[in-house]
Amino acid sequence: MLITCPYCGPRDVIEFTYQGDGNRERPDPASQNFEAWNAYVYDRLNPAGDHNEIWQHSGGCRTHLRVVRNTLTHEISSVAFVRGDHASTARRKAEDKA
Amino acid sequence: MMAEYSAFSLLANALKGNKDWKPAWRKPDPKASYDVIIIGGGGHGLATAYYLAKEHGITNVAVLEKGWLGSGNVGRNTTAVRSNYLLPANTRFYEHSMKLWEGLSHELNYNVMFSQRGCLNLAHTPAQFDDYARRGNAMRHLGVDAELMTPAQIKRLIPALDISSDARFPVVGGLMQRRAGTARHDAVAWGYARGADRRGVDIIENCEVTGFLRDGDRVTGVTTSRGDIRAKKVAVAVAGSTGRVMQLAGIETMPIESHVLQAFVTESLKPFIDTVVTFGMGHFYMSQSDKGGLVYGGDIDGYNSYAQRGNLPIVDEVMSEMLALFPGLARVRMLRSWGGVCDMSMDGSPIITTGPLPGMYLNCGWCYGGFKATPASGWTFAWTIAKDEPHDFNAPFTLDRFHRGLVIDDKGQGANPRLH
Amino acid sequence: MSPRRTDTGGRIDRLKTIRFTFDGVAFTGHAGDTLASALLANGVTLFGRSFKYHRPRGLLTAGVEEPNALVTVLKGEVREPNIPATMVEIHDGLVAISQNRFPSLAWDIHAVNQLGGKILSAGFYYKTFMGPVIGPLKGTRFWMFCEHFIRRAAGLGSAGSAKDPARYERMNAFCDVLVVGSGPAGLMAAKAAADQGARVMLADLEPRFGGSTNWSDETIDGAPAADWARRTVTQLEGRDNVRLLPRTTVWGYYDNNTLAALERVSDHKEQPAKGEPRHRYWAIRARSVVLATGAFERPLVFPGNDRPGVMLAHAAERYANEFGVLPGERIALFTNNDSAYRAAVALKKAGAAIVAIADVRSELSPEMRKLATEAEAEIFAGHAVVATEGGKALSGVKVQRFDMVTGALTGDERSIHADCLLMSGGWSPTIHLASQAGAKAQWDAARQAFLPPKPTQHGPTQQWIGAGAFTGSFSTAEAIAEGRAAGLAAAGGTSTPAALPTVEAVHGDPDPAPVFEIRAKGKSFVDFQHDVTAEDVRLAHREGFVSVEHLKRYTTLGMATDQGKSSNVPGLAIMAEALGKPIPEVGTTRFRPPFAPVSIGSLAAERFGDLKPERLTPMHDWHLANGATMYSAGLWYRPMIYGLSGETIEQAYVREAKATRESAGIVDVSTLGKIAVQGPDAAAFLDRVYTNMFSTLAVGKARYGLMLREDGFAFDDGTTWRLGEQDFLMTTTTANAGKVMQHLEYFLDVIWPDLKVHVTSVTDEWAGAAIGGPKARQILAACVIGTAVDNATLPFMGIVHGQIAGVPVMICRLSFSGEMAFEVYSGAGHGTHVWEALIEAGKPFGLVTYGLEALGTMRIEKGHVTGAEIDGRTTARDLHLDWMLSKKKPFIGSAMMDREGLIASDRLELVGLIALDNRPLSGGAHIVEALDEANPHGSIGHITACCYSPALGKHIALALVQGGKARHGTRAHVSDPLRNRFGPVEIVSNHFYDPEGTRMHG
Repeated sequence: MLITCPYCGPRDVIEFTYQGDGNRERPDPASQNFEAWNAYVYDRLNPAGDHNEIWQHSGGCRTHLRVVRNTLTHEISSVAFVRGDHASTARRKAEDKA
Repeated sequence: MMAEYSAFSLLANALKGNKDWKPAWRKPDPKASYDVIIIGGGGHGLATAYYLAKEHGITNVAVLEKGWLGSGNVGRNTTAVRSNYLLPANTRFYEHSMKLWEGLSHELNYNVMFSQRGCLNLAHTPAQFDDYARRGNAMRHLGVDAELMTPAQIKRLIPALDISSDARFPVVGGLMQRRAGTARHDAVAWGYARGADRRGVDIIENCEVTGFLRDGDRVTGVTTSRGDIRAKKVAVAVAGSTGRVMQLAGIETMPIESHVLQAFVTESLKPFIDTVVTFGMGHFYMSQSDKGGLVYGGDIDGYNSYAQRGNLPIVDEVMSEMLALFPGLARVRMLRSWGGVCDMSMDGSPIITTGPLPGMYLNCGWCYGGFKATPASGWTFAWTIAKDEPHDFNAPFTLDRFHRGLVIDDKGQGANPRLH
Repeated sequence: MSPRRTDTGGRIDRLKTIRFTFDGVAFTGHAGDTLASALLANGVTLFGRSFKYHRPRGLLTAGVEEPNALVTVLKGEVREPNIPATMVEIHDGLVAISQNRFPSLAWDIHAVNQLGGKILSAGFYYKTFMGPVIGPLKGTRFWMFCEHFIRRAAGLGSAGSAKDPARYERMNAFCDVLVVGSGPAGLMAAKAAADQGARVMLADLEPRFGGSTNWSDETIDGAPAADWARRTVTQLEGRDNVRLLPRTTVWGYYDNNTLAALERVSDHKEQPAKGEPRHRYWAIRARSVVLATGAFERPLVFPGNDRPGVMLAHAAERYANEFGVLPGERIALFTNNDSAYRAAVALKKAGAAIVAIADVRSELSPEMRKLATEAEAEIFAGHAVVATEGGKALSGVKVQRFDMVTGALTGDERSIHADCLLMSGGWSPTIHLASQAGAKAQWDAARQAFLPPKPTQHGPTQQWIGAGAFTGSFSTAEAIAEGRAAGLAAAGGTSTPAALPTVEAVHGDPDPAPVFEIRAKGKSFVDFQHDVTAEDVRLAHREGFVSVEHLKRYTTLGMATDQGKSSNVPGLAIMAEALGKPIPEVGTTRFRPPFAPVSIGSLAAERFGDLKPERLTPMHDWHLANGATMYSAGLWYRPMIYGLSGETIEQAYVREAKATRESAGIVDVSTLGKIAVQGPDAAAFLDRVYTNMFSTLAVGKARYGLMLREDGFAFDDGTTWRLGEQDFLMTTTTANAGKVMQHLEYFLDVIWPDLKVHVTSVTDEWAGAAIGGPKARQILAACVIGTAVDNATLPFMGIVHGQIAGVPVMICRLSFSGEMAFEVYSGAGHGTHVWEALIEAGKPFGLVTYGLEALGTMRIEKGHVTGAEIDGRTTARDLHLDWMLSKKKPFIGSAMMDREGLIASDRLELVGLIALDNRPLSGGAHIVEALDEANPHGSIGHITACCYSPALGKHIALALVQGGKARHGTRAHVSDPLRNRFGPVEIVSNHFYDPEGTRMHG
């Protein structure tokens, strides 16, 4: 499986660490809503099909990526930085390298 | 009525040219309704049906399988059976399973080839040896067999193992459970299927559940590729497909991720290793089948997948660890690999419970330890379905334990399924 | 009569004689021979024994799909079992032996299994061996008793335990077009793609490129096909955008066009060249893939079809034309299709007599009749072979009139004297790689074969284009046309170059008759290696094992080393007939990696003998030179003790710990995880990460911190130093360094991207030495310049900067040992220099070096926690660290740490233990209230760490015990049945030694 890191270009899955379901929302740190905390920590979407996931390019630039990947076929339809603000510059860099 | 299997019946049939053998289980069409529907014709679902009939006299039962019987993880595992857990809730449950395993071939009149050749966990540092001592002592305090082994004893048991002190991770000892072993995985599914069928259970293959029939919150049956089927109770035992099936019931999130686990077998060899062995400085386990193939595996690939196939990094890692223990196997060849979909839970332990909806019963979260659990899983799930409450053995394995902080975390990894 | 070498012909080098042995007998062959062809040339017909019945078996094939002729290749003590003789290239000194026979290949005692044939039917294991319900063989014992003998009889070759001295290598490769298979289709594809300028890789599992051109009698562009192939290969060789990989099996097709291949680099050589590996594992990322993998010929299923001397028709054609070997003198053929006629002519030309062609079809085309005439063969149209005669070698066959539609046999059997029978049951395209890539094969009723799906039906992460026999196009002309089209398309080219090469070949009908089995009396084999017969398939049907996967699993059909390459379709066909359904309704097998068996050494590659990197601290060599016994901890190596001669481990650590508490000791702490946390929001970030406050920490001070996981359980601890307003140095435990780093990065990147903080792992940048004991400050004072180290300048948890032996150092006064202690950090490159300076300065003060054992001893005396206590299941409260849980702010884990399961009263809590019997305690021992050595039960906890405490003069331990704190002052027992250590202990506070901390605060 290849994941195209916006910084580094296409890289083998061995360079990445899976950080799971990217749909989870961390409650406000001071929140006392235990249901929300429990859902965040323990409950996962586990679709058979496109899944919104977080991967870290731990064997590369170490940024976290939001990856939409099909769990039936392993097809990846999009990769973006979780931190959206510097996505555009990074994409330029990846293009320069490619 | 089907004939008992025995050496005598084999001989008698052989003399008649093997023409009189009957199907191991019937192939009935589904009825309009049942007392209990079990979704999932794998090891756990079939065992549940068997024990519902045998222990609780509930025989108006259908097992619905979307493909061929035993096509899930019962036919895709590395066949190890053991009860060498750290935490009491797990040890008690798996030891109950072990006891059922010990009588299973007789009970089912089907040789599941349970062979108690032992399971040895190798320790590579003194600290790890102490960890295994803790685990072994925990087992002993619950009446489960365990013993520590020295490198010299280990070398006698497994002559091909590299125990040299200049190994990258030298073997300093090991934890052995003698009563552990292996079984013929497919035979377990077939044996339970035949046993359940003989007690009147309908086993319905090629019947995919497409939705749940509901009366308000209550589950009253299922819609399937072969029509609607009603039931007083609907039990879900679909392991890797748990997420998909629960979504059909409108439950979007679960404390489960489905991951792919690869397994491997070598070409057939003359006897090479006579126990199950696990590596302590990685994730590798191996045994030898009766046919002679070395059956082995390692870690899950580490990402959600329903694809029943993995990728190369794990293949390479598993083979490297294999040779670290057995450098003589470099010229032996990997014959076949396959992938199973594992329902990884948030603490590495299973869920066997009533609910989460009225009329529904749930059995899942087996990670990659489901095969050895098959008898106890079926036994306790049948109890739970029949009595609408858990048995002591599965009382800890609730669905709400995560939220309540009553996790059973044998590996101490927290809510990180890929690390369990 | 027996097989023999022909006088001329073949692609072997008759001038080069090669000497080798098989089962201890010396043979010769020629360069270019396989072990199979060379033995056959020497008249050998018996190659192996089958798995179950130990029946004598000869060569069925000439290639990778061989199920019968498996041998073990010996290289000294190193064994390579189960290698098809058809895939072993001979070289001088080759030593091969047969396998799965005792005492010899010719006389095998286990052949007695054949007598039980009817009883040993499919599934018989499941129906017996359950044993008695009572007595000494009850339970699993009877089965295990029987299993012992079954296992010895089962298995093929033997693996050895001697380490393979060979080297294995891995290559990551990238190309535009990977072409798999080098027959006419593959060659054309490679050439077309290369002409477009694409980077091309061409792999073939055979040593010779060219595929069928190596044995066909066809001509291409007016020259023998093999010459055309050689010319094409030469052209490709000359191009720098093409890499040719002979002896390379592409065995796995993974996501995103990642393909795995095994190159057998030096197996065919007596000695590998200098630096050459034995095998090379290629991980190839291809932009596009051309599958030109050809097809496998299928056997026919009839009684006696496994007798040595019965082989596939094209295999005989290969032996004759490629290797110059005649598999027999009087050859009969049995076929359901036209391709066998080509073989008849080839063998006739090579010098054999073709005594008969039995064809199940009653109507034969004029072209085929012409070929038969050319081969001077008698044609038995509408006939079938119903039996074979002979012992371990074929002496004749029996044919009988056969009705293709009803399967009925009529008329008299006729015996034909023959020493070789060639069979052809049609062809199955080699679709394995496409199937691995997720393509579902489709049954083609005309071809009687599973064909790959159309390219639009591929899995989305694997994109390939097929060509030639792989697609069911069995003629060379079609292969050439499809190959070029595929190569062009794969390279993204559109131009149509000059005319295609022209092929001269006999036109045969590619469609076989739909006949797979002749039902007559006797054992008819479907899976040769596993001895699965047609009757076994029908028995599986009777017992309800009718889906393809049940059929495989119940009968073991297709599970042998050849993975059903020749048996799969005949097996399905017999099941389909029993069910009265068309073949595709029985199901299609999904093929999984590998296509052919792969050496495990190649997959480990450079990690064979070198599993994991070794992490060494900067002072590693010093430790070794000064008597340290090293301890492997994860990837790290750390000194365990610095033993003096004659000392036991316990004596050594007691001496080291005692000396530290009496004067001073120094220990290497470079392995601690170190993370630079920097930026305007660094302090705020640490407040969220740690349970306690860091924003209040003054610059130049350090603080002990505790982290929880999100779920509220303890995660890691360590000190963090504030080096500047926005600059912190965090330390973590050695084991958790990587995990903590990822934890921090995750929160900064995913959860709190607004925080302006950067984290950098600096573990390897710093060398660390901890020096502690009553004399530690004096030692420092003696060697540090540029700063004072007195109490005012360097108070507890203070940080100063100075120099030691000319090297800048950072010193923090903190203590793990409980003594007045300092951690001295210098740049990693100067670590040994500073370490030696400290040792030198310490000499007058009696400074000792100490290792992990003494470190552990002193931390147990102090009751500090490590990974043995922060084991992923304990909470801050369990460890009596609740004083660190700030109530002034939320932090990671704060919302979840008070759930009912985490505050239950029966949780395991940290305590101290003192052995009341004054004997050593053992790590991992359990604690019970009442001792029961015979029947241990009632565990209330376990020991996490233990030692002899020189400070207390007692054997002590840390333990996690239910309701621990409430038990202080009470007695309990250690219960360690594994090591037979039982005895009374007193439960005390975990702070054994100097609980007020007067020594470290000094």
